[in-house]
Amino acid sequence: MDYLVQLFQSLTVQALAPSTAAFAIAAIGLNVHFGFAGLLNIGQAAFLLLGAYGFAISIDRGLPLFAAVLVALLCALLFAFILGLPTLKLRGDYLAIVTISAAEIIRMVGRSSILTDLTGGSNGITGNTYNGPFQALSPLPDGSTQILWFDYDNNGVNGWWIRIVGWGLVGVFLLLIWALARSPWGRLLKGIREDEDAVRSLGKNVYSYKLQALVLGGLIGAVAGIIYVLPSSVQPDGLGRSTTFFIYTALLLGGAATVFGPVLGAILFFVMRLLIQSLAQSFIPDSIMSTQQTVQFSYVLVGVALMCLIIFRPQGILGNKKELSFSV
Amino acid sequence: MSETTATGTQPGYDYDRVELRKKLATVDKAPGSSKPDSILTVDNVVRRFGGMTAVDVQHVEVQRGAITALIGPNGAGKTTFFNLLTGFDKPNSAPTLTNRGAGTARWVFNGRAMGAVGAAKVAKSGMVRTFQLTKALSRLTVMQNMLLGARDQPGENFFVAIVKPLWKAREAEIEAKAADLLKRFKLYEKKDDYAGSLSGGQRKLLEMARALMSDPAMIMLDEPMAGVNPALTQSLLGHIQSLRDEGTTVLFVEHDMHMVRHISDWVIVMAEGRIVAEGPADTVMDDQAVIDAYLGAHHDTDLGDDSLLTDESIEELEAEVKEEDAARVETEHNEEGKA
Repeated sequence: MDYLVQLFQSLTVQALAPSTAAFAIAAIGLNVHFGFAGLLNIGQAAFLLLGAYGFAISIDRGLPLFAAVLVALLCALLFAFILGLPTLKLRGDYLAIVTISAAEIIRMVGRSSILTDLTGGSNGITGNTYNGPFQALSPLPDGSTQILWFDYDNNGVNGWWIRIVGWGLVGVFLLLIWALARSPWGRLLKGIREDEDAVRSLGKNVYSYKLQALVLGGLIGAVAGIIYVLPSSVQPDGLGRSTTFFIYTALLLGGAATVFGPVLGAILFFVMRLLIQSLAQSFIPDSIMSTQQTVQFSYVLVGVALMCLIIFRPQGILGNKKELSFSV
Repeated sequence: MSETTATGTQPGYDYDRVELRKKLATVDKAPGSSKPDSILTVDNVVRRFGGMTAVDVQHVEVQRGAITALIGPNGAGKTTFFNLLTGFDKPNSAPTLTNRGAGTARWVFNGRAMGAVGAAKVAKSGMVRTFQLTKALSRLTVMQNMLLGARDQPGENFFVAIVKPLWKAREAEIEAKAADLLKRFKLYEKKDDYAGSLSGGQRKLLEMARALMSDPAMIMLDEPMAGVNPALTQSLLGHIQSLRDEGTTVLFVEHDMHMVRHISDWVIVMAEGRIVAEGPADTVMDDQAVIDAYLGAHHDTDLGDDSLLTDESIEELEAEVKEEDAARVETEHNEEGKA
């Protein structure tokens, strides 16, 4: 019984962790690309990484917090334009190819030793060089607070403050997407997802709308990057290809083209993985599977779960089955 | 309908069809003849795919307020011509940086030059098309499909979209208009269904209704009857004619000769990329060029019947073939001279 309670507690702790919030935000951004506009962006991690670098380096160079956030957003904006301007006039596949390679380029450049002064090379940037101004912004009193079994410092690096801001931002973005999804703008994006030429024949500038979607999702991704690195550090290899695929998993799990799907998906993704990992650790003897292997094992099972999901419930948990059955 | 009154007052539009036909009766029945009031004038549109010239239209005009049919055998270049006119494809003869002079492609719609204009802008200027293979937006509802067709919805701007009060009023307007159109096309009961669940014929109707949401000055229908059942055909014909009566010029591609005869005021015949004949529906079919295009030039000569092959007839055929060859060489020569 004690074991179950402990397991439940650790799962809920994981569900509310800042990294979960960051993933949820990243998935919300990806949902704008993939779910609404039908843009196959396989480089969402690059938007996170650019946001993180832009933010961390700016603060390290002495810029105030809000200027640093602005720099991060500008980086993502520029990246979206560089990716989108040449490819969005072409068929969808080209964006996919370009995004995945561009994401790798960003990561490789970030970890290259030539830029050690700026990006810290493959070691990255440690958190204490840039999280000071954010901590200073906290209105919470010093000390720690316990609610139920959630016990954190109010202002620590990984405390209540970052959780409040992280999930607060999730809420803000949910509201934004909800407002956009019901608007004519959202309708137009869905139309483009279905058939560009049809929308073009109705007198709409498809190119501009695709670019708007790419930029919006990218900016949201950059914010996710900032939240992701605030409680830890900037690690170029921690935001690589696999991050993009985890974000996709979260998105598909929750349901693409839904408002709340990406958030639910992100939470479930982390909780499920931890659950598999804990159970494997507790019940499979070390001789069969070591602790390190259980981590890998959890990823394998997540992969299997994703496959089952695509086969048996392609619309995700919150998606509309009817809507998906007409996909051609 | 509220829109009817809005469009029912265009100056110069022939609302009276008898008048229009009288006017057209005076038009020279030859390819590229000039019309009394042309809404669309096309010059020098050439499109090649590799060595094959798909479209080579030197000059054609479309009369405002008329239902004009564009017919021709398979592969005549009708759909390619449509794509070129609506900005979905670019002619090889399009003006370039170095050559903007005579001989380059040029077309004028409603007084606006359309040479190098993108598909969206073409549609915005009032020339809206449908597709041969219908493009219903499957995972949107019928109503959403319709609303997408409307113009001047401020909510399609990103920043306006976030604040609902800014676009709510316009949304209500276009929704009412969409409901009107859907009722007319007998799709109103389906308004909340996904467009993907409609039958092929219903999708054709939806696509046409959607195109009408923007009150186009001219609607271009690419095979509106293909795959539509005969019962629905009748009502579609009715819709097309009432469109004309309310102020929309219609240009359509069709294979169904019955339909062409029934509703068109003017017929343009294409073959092998060129316009070979023009005229009212009842006389154009008798044109030798049209019969040649559809049936081949020597369709009534039985080459297998030896008794018919007298020396005289062989000489006649030879002379005819030589003549045709000479004509062909000459036109090719002319073209090369131009290029």
